[in-house]
Amino acid sequence: MTKTSRPSQSTLARNCTEAVNRIERKYSGLKAEGRAAFNVYLCAGDPDLDTTRELIFGLEAAGTDVIELGMPFSDPIADGPVIQAAGQRSLERGTTLSKVLGLVAEVREQSEIPIALMTYYNIVHNFGIEHFVTKATQAGIDGLIVPDLIPEEADELITLARHADLATIFFVAPTSTDERIELADRCSTGFIYCVSVTGITGARDHLPDDLRRYLLHARSKTSKPLVVGFGVSKPEQVRAVCEIADGVIVGSAIVREIESAAHLPQGELVRKVADFAARLAEGTRK
Amino acid sequence: MVDREELPDYRGRFGSYGGMYVPETLMPALQELQHEFFAAKDDPDFRAELDYYLAEYAGRPTPLYLAERLSEEVGSKVYLKREDLLHTGAHKINNTLGQALLARRMEKKRVIAETGAGQHGVAAATAAAVFGMECVVYMGTEDMERQALNVFRMRQLGSEVREVKAGSKTLKDAINEAMRDWVTNVRTTSYILGSVLGPHPYPTMVRHFQSVIGRETRAQIMEKEARLPDLLVACVGGGSNAIGLFHEFLGDESVKMMGVEAGGIGSELGQHAARYISGSLGVLHGTRTFLLQYDDGQIAPTHSISAGLDYAAIGPELSFYHDSERIAFTHVTDDEALDAFQRLSRLEGLIPALESAHAIAQVLKMKGHLPEIVIINLSGRGDKDVEAVAKHLGEELH
Repeated sequence: MTKTSRPSQSTLARNCTEAVNRIERKYSGLKAEGRAAFNVYLCAGDPDLDTTRELIFGLEAAGTDVIELGMPFSDPIADGPVIQAAGQRSLERGTTLSKVLGLVAEVREQSEIPIALMTYYNIVHNFGIEHFVTKATQAGIDGLIVPDLIPEEADELITLARHADLATIFFVAPTSTDERIELADRCSTGFIYCVSVTGITGARDHLPDDLRRYLLHARSKTSKPLVVGFGVSKPEQVRAVCEIADGVIVGSAIVREIESAAHLPQGELVRKVADFAARLAEGTRK
Repeated sequence: MVDREELPDYRGRFGSYGGMYVPETLMPALQELQHEFFAAKDDPDFRAELDYYLAEYAGRPTPLYLAERLSEEVGSKVYLKREDLLHTGAHKINNTLGQALLARRMEKKRVIAETGAGQHGVAAATAAAVFGMECVVYMGTEDMERQALNVFRMRQLGSEVREVKAGSKTLKDAINEAMRDWVTNVRTTSYILGSVLGPHPYPTMVRHFQSVIGRETRAQIMEKEARLPDLLVACVGGGSNAIGLFHEFLGDESVKMMGVEAGGIGSELGQHAARYISGSLGVLHGTRTFLLQYDDGQIAPTHSISAGLDYAAIGPELSFYHDSERIAFTHVTDDEALDAFQRLSRLEGLIPALESAHAIAQVLKMKGHLPEIVIINLSGRGDKDVEAVAKHLGEELH
């Protein structure tokens, strides 16, 4: 029932020649610069895949370091209303994983911006884990973020992803015990996703008071890049987070901006969203 | 034969099914729940307290009733396990009392639950009331319309019912929203999940609290017949009433078991909730199991006349016993369930829940091919369904 075959020799040989993952390269470069990374989450296919591609180019030009490209799922238990609605719109337009991989391949013709795919586990499981790892790396995806996959359930994926140089990004949460932070440290490549709050995605007026302490604690347990997401939507929040963390992820605030610009011609929509992102990104310059 | 006590393994797996597919934020809470549950289940004080409430409050043991006219109709001895007589009208209270007592043991003052038909929601609201806890029940807009009476009952019991407008507006979406609440309020809140679904330890814990059904049944049939039954039949949504009856008998090879899924109105995706018509392996709501999904991994909508069976996934343990062929699965249509609803009412003076009517319908269908002694889990009573049934029969009640 479980497909656990090892990657073929040819897969291994091909990946050996590529090496050095774009996400890892980006984070080590930024570390040298002394700057934090600005990560943007986009819901692929909202308002349509063509616009998503243009948004990636626009956001890159506006100073975005890494794209988290969301492949929507019918039952997104970790997402708040803004990303839920975007996902539903996208699915109604017929977005599938194959189409999203096609989009990434198109982006790769023009851009080397690091891209992590963010989706729920059933999408990957249904596609076939080995098939997914092969196709995703072929398309030019650099990492995978799955909010309902803990390291304990990811043995097969981790093994296959290591061979293919696909980063596996796991989470730490404010509730994580030391043992679990160490587990995320052992199993993550690229970076570790720090959830700022106990909760779901969505902009928040205030980040929790104990965020600083929690991040410093996580910092003491891992040397891998710590990137904070969930709730971050304002330049001052980006700045505060980047004092400690190696990067920040803005999701719902960007998705909401796209939603509010959906009536505009594509060029204007992209410009508006890119300007919004550029203002947020300023907070990452230390 | 697999020793039923060996399942699940330490990771919550029944063979390749089950597990824990949840956001990291929930992991410490699930580990705490595991620890507390396994400690409580063997703690004589906890067991005594639960037994007390099951007997004095919920009305256990429930009778094992020989349905004489139904037996005559189908030509075999048919017994009904009368879970319909329990307080709140269904087997769901066995589980909610157990989980609420566990929440109290963990000093959580707030509980949440999801509900489809409203039976689990009412049972959770009831347990929260009797133990003085704050309770929020998530329910899809569509189900709130279908089960307006249960919404009113939950509110009378002091619970807040929160409408879920997302997605298909049914049970699946109510679980999504309950999980989002839990992720947000995990430090103060216990999630009372209603079936043998979700991440470990829920499938095991809910089975444990429901297996009282099978334990009683064994003692009762031995007393009445001095032998084991030949066939057990139960409806299967998530599967809590089925595993509740079956678990005690899994080691008895002579006892056959049959789970009856909701065949709805057709065999296309979206027309039924029978995972063994067109289901495939997937991951939903924390567990790896058989479920109804499209080719690209999006969860498919489901349909059943019975809101309690209207869900895309089956419990992971049942998937395991399906593969090992220990439990046979079949399905009956909306119309067959509706017919059984009426026939049991007239034959026995028992109005079954539409969920349980699926199990009755299967036994009626097997007339002439049934073994000597059959036990059906009459998992709930049909009071909640009379309005929906009247509508289907073209009668206006108001």
